[in-house]
Amino acid sequence: MALLPSIMLSRVIAVSASGLKSTAPLGAGLVQASRSLHTSSPSLAPVPALPEGGKVRHGILPEEFFQLLYPKTGATGPYMLGTGLSVWLLSKELYVINHETVAALTVGTVFVLGVKKFGPSFASAMDKMEEEKVAWIEEVKDQAMTCYADAIEEEKKEQWRVEGRSMLFDAKRNNVSMLLETNYRERLHHANHEVKRRLDYQLALQHLKVRMEKEHMVNWVEKNVVGSITAQQEQESIAKCISDLNVLAKNIQAKATA
Amino acid sequence: MADRAVPVVEKRLMEVKLGEIGTWVGGRDFTPNGMISSVRKGYERYLNKYIHVKKGGIGGLSMVLASYVVLSYVWSFDHIKHDRMRKYH
Repeated sequence: MALLPSIMLSRVIAVSASGLKSTAPLGAGLVQASRSLHTSSPSLAPVPALPEGGKVRHGILPEEFFQLLYPKTGATGPYMLGTGLSVWLLSKELYVINHETVAALTVGTVFVLGVKKFGPSFASAMDKMEEEKVAWIEEVKDQAMTCYADAIEEEKKEQWRVEGRSMLFDAKRNNVSMLLETNYRERLHHANHEVKRRLDYQLALQHLKVRMEKEHMVNWVEKNVVGSITAQQEQESIAKCISDLNVLAKNIQAKATA
Repeated sequence: MADRAVPVVEKRLMEVKLGEIGTWVGGRDFTPNGMISSVRKGYERYLNKYIHVKKGGIGGLSMVLASYVVLSYVWSFDHIKHDRMRKYH
């Protein structure tokens, strides 16, 4: 069935979705982020996009700090605070300038220059990797969805086919009735034929009987007649025939000469 | 914004008023489990805010490094004290 591969695909989706970390989006740059109570029922579909991320200024100071001081000291407040703080640390020598300061400055410069130079290319490469991963997962999801859509289409088609069931049964019923009719007619014909045969036989029998009686009677009469002709009658009839012939001959001779 | 009354210990640190800080600190969960879970929650909050985002910058990593630098300076201050250039400030 076409549903088996889609079941396996959904397992793949579940495994890969647990790797995606998604949280409720936080408001970036707000100090008093209102506590997001779980008002809506948590659901993972559609998966919420990754949040924008907390903003960081100059690479090390979170934006919330600046927003905290903005109402009271304006835009330059945190920078004045930083200047005053560093001057105080240096003057009280709470931050001691020694060989480590040089090292820190060197390392810091290298770090900053490195980030400025290679940052964008590295970031774009990482973004491309992420996009590839997301695209692969999306493809899996799309494939699963097309599988399910096809399964739905096929199911609908099957339901439509079921509607034609009654027509199928009507056709079958017609077939069966036709078979029954044919059979019935065949048997009727057969019965008819048999009866006719038997009646013909009886008819022939009667004809035969009549003919035989007739012939028998004729034979018997002939035989009796022939038997009843005695020798004497035969002599007489022969003499009569001769005399008749003589008369006839005379008549013909007479006619011929006349 | 009049929400329902939330008990003091459940408020976030930024929403606690100055006078309530004592009760707030006293009411936190100091069992080992609670401490470990608070550390873990803080770690996850940092991750979710700066690292597991759509377009994270260098800030997520560099803030950790900067805080490491500052913390290690604070811990080794007693040793660095001896490199001071002036005795009295």
